[in-house]
Order: sequence, then structure tokens, then C-alpha cells
Amino acid sequence: MNEVTYEEIVRNVQEMCQKANFDLGEDVYAAFQEALSTETSDTGKEILNQLVENADIATQDRVPMCQDTGTAVFIVELGQDCRIVGGNLIDAINEGVAKGYQEGYLRNSMIYDPLNRKNTGDNTPAVVHIELVEGNSVTLHMTAKGGGAENMSRMKMLKPSDGLEGIKKYVLHVVEEAGPNACPPLVVGIGVGGNFERCTYLAKKSLFRPIGERHADETIAQLEFELMEDINRLGIGPQGMGGSTTALDVKIESAACHIAALPVAVNLNCHASRHQTVTLG
Amino acid sequence: MQKSIQLPLTKKDVQSLKAGDRVLLSGTVYTARDAAHKRMIEQDQAGEPLPIELTDQVIYYVGPTPAKPGQVIGSAGPTTSERMDLYTPRLLEKGLKGMIGKGHRNDAVKKAIVENGAVYFGAVGGAAALISRSIKSSEVMAYADLGTEAIRRLEIENFPVVVINDMYGGDVYEEGVSTFKKEAAEDQG
Repeated sequence: MNEVTYEEIVRNVQEMCQKANFDLGEDVYAAFQEALSTETSDTGKEILNQLVENADIATQDRVPMCQDTGTAVFIVELGQDCRIVGGNLIDAINEGVAKGYQEGYLRNSMIYDPLNRKNTGDNTPAVVHIELVEGNSVTLHMTAKGGGAENMSRMKMLKPSDGLEGIKKYVLHVVEEAGPNACPPLVVGIGVGGNFERCTYLAKKSLFRPIGERHADETIAQLEFELMEDINRLGIGPQGMGGSTTALDVKIESAACHIAALPVAVNLNCHASRHQTVTLG
Repeated sequence: MQKSIQLPLTKKDVQSLKAGDRVLLSGTVYTARDAAHKRMIEQDQAGEPLPIELTDQVIYYVGPTPAKPGQVIGSAGPTTSERMDLYTPRLLEKGLKGMIGKGHRNDAVKKAIVENGAVYFGAVGGAAALISRSIKSSEVMAYADLGTEAIRRLEIENFPVVVINDMYGGDVYEEGVSTFKKEAAEDQG
């Protein structure tokens, strides 16, 4: 049985929160450059240039690229032969988030209660999903998920007869309805199948995959590609002001589902697609 | 073409602006987002004066990150404007001339923009580190208890925006998207 300490998790989470907010991933940066070479709108190009400059400033000055430093969302792959010692795993993640956000001068966006709306003051609690896997290590995937794009995310229980065309139509509808609000160019995360809650989780999980990487399953990879083409023909463009770059990428994850069901969830991510991964133990 | 405008806005400035114009703003703006709007409208409904004079002013929808030592303000990009839609027509009636944010406004706000001769600007969402470089000073004016959502007075210099909704009913989101959607359809044959 391998051991990972509470303190090790706190320290690593603390660093991930800051790195995610200061350093735009190389995958997103490369996607901006690619978009700059294909974007057909002058205003769209100007916006993309501003986003590149913004990312450079954030890295150089160690300041957040966006003022919405997000909800800290974690997917934890916990090896079943790995033991967390010195305290509770979720407490360790929350302590790391609190320390990381305070030390990094990141914004506290979490409130205790959706109705009384009082700020918790340290951006906790994080949203933590734990998957039990083979092995003796623990891998933490973290994203700082902005509120604007999350607000425009949608889920629908389609009918099995709606099929592939129904899925495409629904995704395009969600992206079109979001328009400028979700801060395009977007990363579009899609869950297909599972049940009501599994489907939305799959959509979120798909957003952790790096931009430019296609799904291992050929049918899904093809659907990702086709949706990417269709979305970029909507004309929405950078910041919704018109253009040919509406999505930087489309990601799909699927799972088994009931004979009566075809659940589809669309979790939109803004261009500040911030994710970090660390493996301990 | 890029225009430069000194704030507060004059009637002439607003008349000269068309949806799609790229503009550099300099001068004073006030920050307010969800909680500050709610409180201003509650005060107004109770017959109390607002904490800031709105005539000819511009409100920027932003909740900045905390300033690091030595910084004027933290990262400060626009938040989604539609959450303020419920409160905006009343503020325009009270003299507000301009808003900076991102995303769609509802029909009631677009109508109030035309009726009151106002303008809605879009800043680049997610370009918060870049934008904060055009903010030269920041002072909390009201609602300090709201933290990031307090009303601040900012002095800005060459702050880049695009006119989204003008006083003539123009809307860059509708016009821009339909132009490029058409172009994409033609390319596909």
C-alpha cells in the first residue's frame, strides 16, 4: 500500500490553482495561433491578438488571465492501492484551494448558499469528483471553471429516435443560444449517454482533455470533427462579434445508457480553458 | 477605424457611435455588477438617493481580482451583462449613458438604449490582465461590504471596446454573426 500525505496534496493543489490561472496551457495558446491564421474577421483577429497578449502578460506578471478565477473543479483518480494519510482527501483539496487562491490574489467567487449568497471568503468548497482506479498513486486533474460559460451549459434527454442528427442539432442550438455570453472561442464539452447525472459529468470530464486531441473511438472522433466544422460555420466568431472561430475544439465522452434514453449534455468552456494535472505517490 | 472618446459621454459622442465601431475609452467609469445593481434598485425603490450620480456616466460590469501589492487593481475583464438586464432600464431612465460588459442584452434593455440615447460597449471577455493595464486608478465609492462587487470609480486610459448596441437599434452580435454565417454557407457552396 502506497502512501500520500495530506500536506503533499495541500501543497500541490495550492500550486495547481495558481498555475492554472496564470499560465494558459500550451494547447490553448497553440489553438489561438492556429485560429489567427484562419480567422476571416478583422475584429475577430484583433480579439485573438488581444487574447495572446493577455496570456503573455498573465504569465510574465503572475496575474490571473481572467478576473473570473473560477470554481475549482477536481477529478481525482484514486488508485485503490494508494492510501491518503494525515487527514481527509477532500479537506486537503479544500485547504489547498483556500491557500492557493489567497496567496495568488485570485478572486473568491464561491458563496455558502445559492439563496443567501454570502461569499465563503476563500473560494472553497471545491467541486470534487473521485474515480477509483487500478494502481497505487493518486492523480489530481484540476480546472478553474468560469461562471459565464457554465451558465450557458445545457442538458437534454433526447429520444433514441433523434439519433446522431438529433445530437448535432441540439449541440448547435446550445452553442448558438450561448452566442457571445460564454466567451467564444469556446471549448465545447459534450456528454452522450449515461443517465441524467452521469451525462453532465461526462461533458465536464471531456473538457479536461487537451485541445487538438481526438477521441480514441473512431465514431466519436468523427462526430467531434464534424461538430467542430458545423459550429465554426455558425458565424459567431471570437466574442460573438462575427467570424470563423467559434470553437477551438469539441470534446465528446460517452457511456452506456438505458434502452429508452439518449441523454446529451453540453458543458461550454470559455477560451480560458485552464487545466492542470499532477500525479502523487 | 478606431475612435477615441473622453468620458463622461456627451450626447454628441453617443450619436456618433455605430454598432461595430472600435473605440478607446478614457476618463471615469464606475464598476457595478449583480449585487450592487440589486442594492441600487432597492434604494431607488425606497426613495433613497443612489450612492453615485449616474447622469452621462458609464458603468463597467466587472468584479476584479484582489490587487497584488503595487497594483492599482487586479485582473478586471467584463462579466456577462444579461444578469443586469432586470435593473438596467431604470438606471438608463436615471441618466446612465453607457455600459461596458459582454454578451446579449434583452429586448427591454435594447429598447431603453434607443429611447434614452445610450450605448452598450463590449470589452473582450477573458482579456482581464491586458485590460487592467488601461486602468490607472481605482477607489471604492460605495457598498464596500460587497468586496469584489463594490462600486468603484476607475480612471481608465485607452480602454479598448467595441460598440455592441447603438442608439439607432444596431446590434453587432446580430449583424456580425449573420455576415459570417452567410459567408460560411457560400464557401461551402
